[in-house]
Amino acid sequence: MAYYNVSRPSEKLTWRERIYLPELFKGLRITTRHFVVNLALHAVRLLGIKTRRRGAVTFQYPEERRPLSPRLRTRHRLTKREDGMPRCVACMMCETVCPADCIYIVAGELPDPNVEKYPVRFDIDLGVCVFCGFCVEACPEDAIRMDTGILEIASDSREEMIYSIDRLLSG
Amino acid sequence: MAEKVHCTIDGRTVEPRRGQTILQVADELGIYIPRYCYHPGLSIAGNCRICLVSVEKAPKPQIACYTQVQEGMTVWTHNEAAQKARRGVLEFLLVNHPLDCPVCDQAGECWLQDYYMQFGLYTSRLREDKIKKAKAKVLGPAVILDAERCILCTRCVRFCNEIAGTHELEVFQMGAHEELGTYPGVELKNPYSGCVVDICPVGALTDRDFRFKARVWYLSEQKSVCPGCATGCNIRVHFNQKRTHHALGKRVMRLKPRYNPHVNDWWMCDEGRYGYRWIDEGRLLVPQKRRDGTYVDLDWDQALSDVASGLRAVMDKHGPSSVAVLPSPQQTNEALYLVRRLFAEHLGVRHVDFWIPPATQGYHDDFLIKADKNPNSAGARLLGLFPRDGSPAAEEFLLNHGPLKALYVFRHDLLGRYGEEALRPLLGNLELLVYQGTNRNATSRRADYVLPSAAYMEEHGTFVNFKGRVQRLFQCLEPLAQSLPDWKILVRLAVLLGLELGHSGQEEIFLDMAREIPALDGLDYAALGDQGVESDFSGIPLWPKTVNRQRSNVSREQPAHLPRVTNDE
Ligand code: SF4
Ligand code: SF4
Ligand code: SF4
Ligand code: SF4
Ligand code: FES
Repeated sequence: MAYYNVSRPSEKLTWRERIYLPELFKGLRITTRHFVVNLALHAVRLLGIKTRRRGAVTFQYPEERRPLSPRLRTRHRLTKREDGMPRCVACMMCETVCPADCIYIVAGELPDPNVEKYPVRFDIDLGVCVFCGFCVEACPEDAIRMDTGILEIASDSREEMIYSIDRLLSG
Repeated sequence: MAEKVHCTIDGRTVEPRRGQTILQVADELGIYIPRYCYHPGLSIAGNCRICLVSVEKAPKPQIACYTQVQEGMTVWTHNEAAQKARRGVLEFLLVNHPLDCPVCDQAGECWLQDYYMQFGLYTSRLREDKIKKAKAKVLGPAVILDAERCILCTRCVRFCNEIAGTHELEVFQMGAHEELGTYPGVELKNPYSGCVVDICPVGALTDRDFRFKARVWYLSEQKSVCPGCATGCNIRVHFNQKRTHHALGKRVMRLKPRYNPHVNDWWMCDEGRYGYRWIDEGRLLVPQKRRDGTYVDLDWDQALSDVASGLRAVMDKHGPSSVAVLPSPQQTNEALYLVRRLFAEHLGVRHVDFWIPPATQGYHDDFLIKADKNPNSAGARLLGLFPRDGSPAAEEFLLNHGPLKALYVFRHDLLGRYGEEALRPLLGNLELLVYQGTNRNATSRRADYVLPSAAYMEEHGTFVNFKGRVQRLFQCLEPLAQSLPDWKILVRLAVLLGLELGHSGQEEIFLDMAREIPALDGLDYAALGDQGVESDFSGIPLWPKTVNRQRSNVSREQPAHLPRVTNDE
């Protein structure tokens, strides 16, 4: 499986940035400003005074989650037929349309002449996926969806970012 | 000169020959009229009706594939009436057509899809259920049928009747229940059966070998020549380099015939069509040397200098008559020419023979398939790589234990052909056995040195077919792993053996060769083009014409359209 090495031209640090302390204080100043401004905004609001600008709100993630819009694109899944087989017929529409080239399908043959074709392998490399949702749009079988609501897909290794057919089918 | 008539097609006045059909005339004008059942290589059936055009003064649209041009005829191929008629025909053809595109191997090269996008684009009005027919029905070793997708154009039926002459297919039943099939108890099994897949305009007949391997839009295409027999059918190689996981890294997906009226028309045989697996399987990947019964990898420099010094040693000790070289009629002319230059001329090796007679005579017929299963025997003969001046043939000096000390084999599987037993005296006597070829075989497993060469798809070059037609191979793929084209290996080996050939590309070699061989006189790659040139083959052997070799060394110019190649890779 291909990995993509994304490299940026190196940005040279100025001497001021390299001695570090000024930058540290610059950061501290920003944090302090946010703290003081938000404290003031919240305090004023507590007193019942309406301000044009509202104080920042913090969700206590992961205990508390933001509500997701139903049309938000989240981690993919493969849907199943009644008999538990994947709906996917390995037509490769999603693999073809995928702008990140991160879907890997290998087709196999099923004895059932009404299905004929199914994916022996179906991997999505989420480390490369740009979550555009084109795969879902392209699928003629409603076999792939991005409605799991799962956003936490970080992992420690690139291999783990590659979701195989079993993981995708189990929702 | 056939009689001319005067007519107008789409407002253009033309003078076609009497007897030409509207469709043929339109093709010559570059006006494309859609067609399903019409195939230039088959009789005209006129049953699909997609080629309807309006002819002025005719009461209704006419089929262009069957209607002959008449004096004073005025034809409109794309006016309102013709378009409407065509759209109607397409709608009828698709009435019972299944929605199979996602699982259909034809998708992407399907004429139903193409025409629907070009001039269909109607909304389905069908309320009834579609008629069910046989799906995924195996017709024979090469072909699988989906009768629901068939549009009953009978191209395949006509192919089996008219070209293959085997009459396996027929359309059975009537009306909407008409269904293509084989006669009871008959299999679609003829030496050319794969061609029905090529000519089926839809996904009804698909290739079992290609089934679900890759979607066609991932395939790249390059022109080549089939190496399966002496006919040298022109082919297109379809290979997949974009999504390599599809066939587990295999590159070549399928071969398709390429139209050449001088050789194979639109057809090719199944043996050639499916004989491509060795390109990706069982290949020799790195130069190797045998040491204590196992093989160790070498780099090219090491391998070639070992081989060169081995050859030198044998020649110094036992003289050139102790060395034999077996070039192969599977090699390109360019490689064979360098074999000739290096071994026969420079080293003075007398035992040179390309011909190892096969154990049994190969299948052949009076259409395309030849008994000689090599693409370039004629080229090897043209280059004089056979025993002359009374020296024995290869079989003779191999089996009747001539005093051979070194044997340089290109591609031939001697052990596979003659067996260990028959060759034991020879092998016992040898001090050096070099195998230069593409694939592992019994001979490569006995060789002292194994030099991996590129397959025919991996290099430019030329073959000469049985008629003397010189045809070009175009490079489709990069040589696998560390393998190198034969000519590169030979050029490098020649340097080590004291011959500065100095070629840096196949076309240079060809130009040198063309200068020396009367039959190739004046030819170059541009002149050969896609379809090759018939050379004057009379009076073989034609080697050697007295040449001024100086000339060949001066002209080192490579044509600009060829990528510059160097020997140091
Ligand atoms: S969301 Fe976009 S990038 Fe990700 S797999 Fe689907 S098509 Fe590819
Ligand atoms: S588009 Fe849908 S049916 Fe086709 S391969 Fe992708 S998931 Fe499977
Ligand atoms: S034959 Fe053509 S239209 Fe019919 S299913 Fe195959 S690709 Fe689709
Ligand atoms: S199988 Fe193909 S070639 Fe044969 S009649 Fe049907 S559509 Fe035509
Ligand atoms: S192409 Fe003319 S009727 Fe089929």
